[in-house]
Amino acid sequence: MNGDVLSLVGKNIPKKDAPLKVTGQAQYIQDIKLPGMLWGKILYSRYPHGRILNIDTKRAERLPGVKAVLTGSTIPDIKIGFMKDNPPLKKGKVCSMRDEVAAVAATSPEVAQEAIELIDVEYEELPGVFDPVEAMKEGAPLIHEELKSNVLKLPWKLICGDVDRAKAESAYIVEDTYKTQWVTHCCLGTSGCIASFDVNNNLTMYSNTQIPSLAQRDYIDALNAFGLKNKRVRVVQSVIGGGFGSKLDTYPYEYIAILLALKTRRPVKILFTREEEFFATSPRQCTLTKISQGCDREGRLTFREMEMILDNGAYTSWGATTPSVMMMPISSLYKVPNVRYTAKCVYTNNNYSQAMRGYGNPQATFAIESSMDQLAEAAGMDPYEFRMKNANEPGEVTPQRFKITSCGMKECIEAVAEKLNWKEKRGRHNGRGVGMASLIHVGGGARVYKSDGCGTIIKIDDYGKVDVFTGSTDIGQGSDTVIAQIVAEVLGISIEDVNVINNDTDVCPWDVGVHASRTTFVAGNSALYAAEKIKAEILTIVSHMLGEDVAFLDIKNGVVYSKRDKEKSMPLGKALRSIHYATGGKMLMAECFYDPANENFDREFKGNLSVSYAYGAHGVEVEVDRKTGKVKILNYVAAHDVGRAINPMLLEGQIFGGGVMGLGYALGEEMVYINGVLKNGNFLDYKIPTAKDVPPIETIIVETVDKDGPFGAKGIGEPGLVPTAPAISNAIYDAVGVRIKDLPITPEKILKALKEKGAEKLDEA
Amino acid sequence: MMRKEIRFRLNGEEMVCDVEAHWTLLYFLREIMGLTGTKEGCGYGECGACTVIIDNEAINACLYPIMEVEGKDVTTIEGLVSQNGELHPIQKAFIEEGAVQCGFCTPGMIMSAKALLDENKDPTEEEIKEAIAGNLCRCTGYVKIIDAIKTMGGGR
Repeated sequence: MNGDVLSLVGKNIPKKDAPLKVTGQAQYIQDIKLPGMLWGKILYSRYPHGRILNIDTKRAERLPGVKAVLTGSTIPDIKIGFMKDNPPLKKGKVCSMRDEVAAVAATSPEVAQEAIELIDVEYEELPGVFDPVEAMKEGAPLIHEELKSNVLKLPWKLICGDVDRAKAESAYIVEDTYKTQWVTHCCLGTSGCIASFDVNNNLTMYSNTQIPSLAQRDYIDALNAFGLKNKRVRVVQSVIGGGFGSKLDTYPYEYIAILLALKTRRPVKILFTREEEFFATSPRQCTLTKISQGCDREGRLTFREMEMILDNGAYTSWGATTPSVMMMPISSLYKVPNVRYTAKCVYTNNNYSQAMRGYGNPQATFAIESSMDQLAEAAGMDPYEFRMKNANEPGEVTPQRFKITSCGMKECIEAVAEKLNWKEKRGRHNGRGVGMASLIHVGGGARVYKSDGCGTIIKIDDYGKVDVFTGSTDIGQGSDTVIAQIVAEVLGISIEDVNVINNDTDVCPWDVGVHASRTTFVAGNSALYAAEKIKAEILTIVSHMLGEDVAFLDIKNGVVYSKRDKEKSMPLGKALRSIHYATGGKMLMAECFYDPANENFDREFKGNLSVSYAYGAHGVEVEVDRKTGKVKILNYVAAHDVGRAINPMLLEGQIFGGGVMGLGYALGEEMVYINGVLKNGNFLDYKIPTAKDVPPIETIIVETVDKDGPFGAKGIGEPGLVPTAPAISNAIYDAVGVRIKDLPITPEKILKALKEKGAEKLDEA
Repeated sequence: MMRKEIRFRLNGEEMVCDVEAHWTLLYFLREIMGLTGTKEGCGYGECGACTVIIDNEAINACLYPIMEVEGKDVTTIEGLVSQNGELHPIQKAFIEEGAVQCGFCTPGMIMSAKALLDENKDPTEEEIKEAIAGNLCRCTGYVKIIDAIKTMGGGR
């Protein structure tokens, strides 16, 4: 099929739900109300660490309009999250300012808010610990006393080859420490849900989750724990106002809504304010990374060693598992034969962390790609030549046992160098400089869960109109459209004839979730194979009707036709009606559950995590003002090996969106926590990029046509922000000779570094 | 609470209604009129998701007291679609140029773009960026939004 001319794949098809969104008709969780619905509200902790001595809810309960008040001691004992360390309402102790202490359901949001303020909680404040390094020390306050240590029992350790020997044999070695900061997703639509029970205690959850199937499982487990055995749970997703990893888990507020709905026998909605969205959702954690790398005399990498400390916060979500994905660039970005990596996730009295777009890769790549420039300099090589020398290539098996199939890394690096006019612009040290950084990311799913699968059901009506029920979720990235393109391409029908249903667990098959840049690849393949099945069935039946060998039949523009005999054709609708209304007739349906042939890591964290890998390189030209420390991006080039661009317009949207999010990460965004208290939890003080911050960005799409991807496609959701920070940092170094090793790269840090460098020069003189 | 009468135009329709003085325009639109196309992203005038046009000016409805609309002309995203269901050219441009991802910022973004284009038929890129600088978007990186608005100008 790939040899044929494609009519829809590769085209800039507008996003299917865009008409709803541009007219304001799209229904987000903000817009949904159910009859009889109550409003839930949460009381959070007053201290980052403390004992709850007493909670008095009497005054709140007496407020007219209040229908229920819950505290940790009035709900069943359950704990949620990856380590099951997080009760939805805390009892006995609070461990962060975000800790949920009590909750109410009331007839309006205003009454609910008033009731929250009427709850009296007596605390005994405890000494807190807010720095993971401090938290590891002997005698540090324990977040969870029963665990006897603040270090999570997660064995993040990857050893490939012999790093000690490689170190001894290396011609050049560099070593440094890098830091990254807390940042948050800042979805424009805040978090929320509505929990609603029917008379038989079956739950419908209206949600904006990224993981409908796993959330359904979580809620069923919770209902079981609440004594509601064998109940049905239906997850209905509203239109989702942004994800970026923030909705990869189920959170206390969802269980609180369920408990309030159960108690009041009415639907309960909890909708976060922007303030709550900042302090009560789980951000990307800060990291401290020691890295050393070496190369031989010719500039070939000999080893890479990294030790990392991650602030887990007070409880555990998927943030604690990001080291597993960090292992990917650490072991497999460039050819590096010997690798040693350890990571510790440490409990503190900060907010608990979650994965965010890139799943640890941005933090790891910042250290690796900054260090690559340092090593190139030590070896006396141009950073571009150094990268080209060590770049990954097709057919490679990396030390972590990744099987590299399609790989356009060198093409990406070359394209960036060419577009930036690298040879001319590098090394001027006149306040203007260029820098680059590369990336590897999973591009063919990622087997982080037991299954990496996605199901699709296709049905087709009497007129050739198709409904596609997919497990995958659209969080704005455009999977609704890409899946429709794939199905329409296979079936030879128009895009308008394909309707994608992707938001209801009652009708949609299982999917592990929208994460790991996996949806185009996994859900795309699932849709592709389901469409091929239904097509094969149609063609087989029509071959009898037309008296033509099935091998010569195809469908195009809604007509089944013979490729060798123009006389033999039949409109698709007519064929379908004939099949339907024949004696013993049938309506055609097909399904496919596609689970890619990737591997879970073994005990040593080795295995082929993804069926294929996405590559890219970003390059940037900056101008640094030595007086103010301000960085101006003059030119930005983002080259990505995407396998094949099924929809170049939507794909570019991912690159632009990721790139600009990366700019925020590199140059400005930082959640300022002081002793566990978030000091800048609003858009005034936590500045995400605005339109005025957008530099000229050029995208370069490298198509390597992956053998396993749908029409050759690989993932692109996350890669766009992975190399941004080190590319900018490297360019700043080229411009003014200072290297900023902790994000974000603020003017203050640059000025300080310039001053120190000036002092050093004077010393030398 | 005492209600007060106000008169204004909403999406071309003459309105005479009794309102509570403490309501914001956003509350009135979403909760009273059921016009949920105007979004609340922050509630304090920083994200622009609630942008509407009042007398040719893009305004954050979340901070705007309902009493202030007396005698004014208010247009929301719902007011851009013509009687026969035809989308406004700016809406079409956002669709065709790929300017929409999660879409939560989109209605506000379109209203800011319309206010700009009503005043300036052929804005420069800098003028476009300035006009939408108060509308935050986390998905698109703004590039295709800017492109969409550019296609509306004369120098496309």
